This record gives sequence, C-alpha cells and structure tokens, in this order.
Amino acid sequence: MSIVRSVLYAVGLPLLLLAAWWVATANSESPFNPPLSEILATFGPTWFSGDTFADTRFAADILPSLGRLLVGYAAALVVGVGLGLLIGAVRPLRELAEPVLEFFRAIPPPVMVPVLMLFLGVGTSMRVFVIATGALWPILLNTVEGVRGLDPVLKDTARAFRLGRWGRVRRLMLPGASPQIVTGARQALSIAIILMVISEMFAAKDGLGFSVVQFQRSFAIPEMWSGVIMLGLLGVLLSFVFRIATGAVLAWYHGYLQAQRGGA
Amino acid sequence: MTAGVRPVGRRAAPAWLLGTAGVAALLVVLQVVPATGLVNPDFLPPTTEILAALAERMQTPEFWAALGDTLVTWITGLAISVVAGVVLGVVIGMIPFLRSATASTIEFLRPVPSVALIPIAVLLWGTGMQATLLLVVYAAFWQVLVQVLAGVQDVDPVASDTARSYRFSVLARVRTLVWPTALPYVMTGVRLGASVALILTVTGEMLIGTPGIGKLLAVARESGAVPSMYALVVVTGLLGVAVNLLARALEHRALFWHPAVRGEGIS
Repeated sequence: MSIVRSVLYAVGLPLLLLAAWWVATANSESPFNPPLSEILATFGPTWFSGDTFADTRFAADILPSLGRLLVGYAAALVVGVGLGLLIGAVRPLRELAEPVLEFFRAIPPPVMVPVLMLFLGVGTSMRVFVIATGALWPILLNTVEGVRGLDPVLKDTARAFRLGRWGRVRRLMLPGASPQIVTGARQALSIAIILMVISEMFAAKDGLGFSVVQFQRSFAIPEMWSGVIMLGLLGVLLSFVFRIATGAVLAWYHGYLQAQRGGA
Repeated sequence: MTAGVRPVGRRAAPAWLLGTAGVAALLVVLQVVPATGLVNPDFLPPTTEILAALAERMQTPEFWAALGDTLVTWITGLAISVVAGVVLGVVIGMIPFLRSATASTIEFLRPVPSVALIPIAVLLWGTGMQATLLLVVYAAFWQVLVQVLAGVQDVDPVASDTARSYRFSVLARVRTLVWPTALPYVMTGVRLGASVALILTVTGEMLIGTPGIGKLLAVARESGAVPSMYALVVVTGLLGVAVNLLARALEHRALFWHPAVRGEGIS
C-alpha cells in the first residue's frame, strides 16, 4: 500500500503539470507556444533521425558536447583536488594564495569565454578549457577548506603513526576533506553544464547549445523547445549520476552523521 | 589573536601581509609576462594597460549606467528568488502532504540548467531585462527553496509538539519556531543564490544583449578592444567579491545569536 502511495506522490504532480501544459497549448495558435503534442512529435525526428547513427543530431551534437563536458570536468577535478590538498596543507602558501583565489572564484565564469577565445579560437580546446577553468574554483576552494578543517587530533595521530606524506594524503586528507570536495564538485557540475551550453551559444559551429540557438534564430520553434527539453533531461541525468557516484564515496560519512545524531 | 595563546612556532608574517604579497605577485607576473613575449601582448595586455583602460572606462557615463543596470537586474532577480523561495519553502515544508507531492518535481526541475531557457526568454521578451531576469530567478530560486525546505525540516520535533500542545497559532509557530530554526539555512541559500544570480545576470547580458556590464564586455570583444575587455572582466570579478562579502556580512548580522557565529567571536 505504501509503495503505491509513494509512487503516486512521485508521479502525481509531474503528470498534472504535463497535462496542464498539454491542455493549455492544445489549440495554441501562437507560434512561440506550440502545442505540447507537436513538441513531443518533433523530439524524436530532431535528435534521432539520420541514415546511420552517426548522422543523427544525437551523435553529431550531443555526444561531442557531453564529451567536452566530461573531459573539462575531469581536468578540473584532478587539478582542483590536487592543488587544493597542497594549498590546504601548507599554511603560508594558503595565506599567500587565498585573496587571489577568492578573486578568481568571484569572476562569473561565463566572462572567461571571450578571454579564452582570444587564445584558443572557437574550437574544441577553447570549450574544454572554459569548462575546466570555470569548474576549477569551487572544487579548489572547497578542498582547501576541507583540508584546513581536518580534526587536529587526527593530524597528530597520523604523525604519531608515522604515516608518510603519501599515506597522510590517502588516509587522512582525502577522506577527511571528501564531504567538502563533494560539495564543491556538485557546484562545479552545474557551472560546467552552464559553460558547456554557453561556450557553444557564444561561438561554435556545432554542439547542443549551438543547435538550440540555431533553431531559435531560424524560428524552428518546436525543434527549439525539444532542444530545451533535451538540455533539461541531460541536466537531470547528470545530477542523478553524480548523486549515485558521490553516495558511494560518502557512504561512511552519512553513516557517521546518523550515528552522531541517533547514537550517543 | 592579542590575548590568545601564541602558537609555538614563530610566525613568519601575518596572514594579511602574505595575502597582499600574493596579489602583488600576481599583478607583477601579469605585467612582466606579456613584455617578455612569452604570451602575445595582443591577447594578454600588461596590467598597466588594463588598468589604464579601466580608468578610461570609469570616466564614461555608459560604464556607470551599465554597472547600475547590472546591479538592478541582480538585486531584483535575487529579491524575487528569495521572497518566492522563502514563502514557498515555509508553506511546502510545513505541510507534509505538499512536501511529499512536490519532492519529485523539485528534484527534477532543479538540475535543469537555467541557460536552457535562453531561447525561450529571447522569444518572449527580446533583449529586455525580463529575459535576463527569467534566467536569474530560475537559477537562484532553487538554491533558496532547497535550503529553506531543509531548514524547515530541521525543526526540533519536541519543540514542535510543545508548540502544538500550547495551541500556538500557525503564524506564531512560523514566527517563534520555524523561522529561527530555518534562518541559518535561509542565509546559506541567500549567499549561494546571490553569487549564482550575478553569474546569470552577466551571462544574460552577454548572450541576450540586456544592457549591463556583460553587454559592454560582448561589445568590447566584437570591436577587438582587448585591454577594455580585460578591464570589464576585472570589474565583474570585483563585483563578485563585493557580493560575497556583502552576503557574508548579512549572514553574520542576521545570525549574531547563533552559536556558529558567536563561537567565532569568543575564541
């Protein structure tokens, strides 16, 4: 019974909203608000039609966009966590770098698109670079905070056990800072998605963001809506994958929090 | 710092001095690197040229008008998001039925990237401020709402039952129980929302062409005014720093009674 109820809760409102959208636009004559049925009918042909799979927009635009996103994001993770561990662990370095880092974090990442275009043109490398540099700051600064907030007793314990430098990084700093690193990585993911779209809207000849803007400029409105929906679905999918991945990484932490609250 | 215990090791220099040194070092490097030819000075002008361009910009009324436009769009969007997020968050959070019924929808709509709405915003409002506001509100609203929901859920069940047995009215419960519990969360939401709102304000100005700093930046790029472009990037960075400091100061003021803030003052 309770399963039925929770399923009803989960799908009830979305269905209602979709139904409302469907009914409200059913007889829409407005070119900007095409009927939902028309948008859904164009969704398949727009993204998945082509003689071979490689010809479809899905393979030609969406997959390369996702690839650039993942490469840029991965680079930001590696550099951000690595530098963050270093800066967080060495106190003079941290005090030296903090104001500079705060400034770079505060620059809205999209304004770096025109700057990087000067150096790298409008190709793939520019777009990967934009994503990487934008996603870097939240990860870097949160890692620094995480390392700084480590329990001093744990640090002393690690020293007493004579853990080597690498052992301290792997057994003390990385696990200890992981809740903050995950928080930073989550902020970075939504920034990375925004930058993936913007770098393609600003200057590019392919990619998902480019396609959507192209549809809008050529007044292919149902196709444009289908692109907006596709972007939304990708955002939801990526955050779902992210949650599963971090759930595994932070399982110990959630257990620890629960024990602190429930136990004692 | 003054009366506290001094750390055992001798401190080489106070933090602010090191921080200033870091900023100075960055400025010097940015000045020297283009001069040595390591980087094409057409792409990265020396610091002095960027500062000269900034000074020149600051003498034009267009600059100040654009700065004003950006700030107005930012604060309007943030205000709408905060008010809507707090009201809806408290209402949804206090009514279990609404909370269960909206959970899936919120989880689904929240990760939708706000920039996906750019084409729709342009069709509906052209380059007007509303188009950018739509992006700003969509991005900042979820930050606030999710925090408020978490805050309302954090209310101590015993205190909640106590309030009920004393027959507190709904309004009294919101004022004396829910609001103080949720306030730290609300402030976190405002802080996150404020910086997201600035990002989307500048983005909207760059891509849609709503008047503001972002539009000046796009124009500077198209006309190849590289030092001017860097100057405007610096301005957006300073805006970002100001927004962060402001949000943190507000948080501190609103939560002066909270143990997390009080603890900082004591030690």
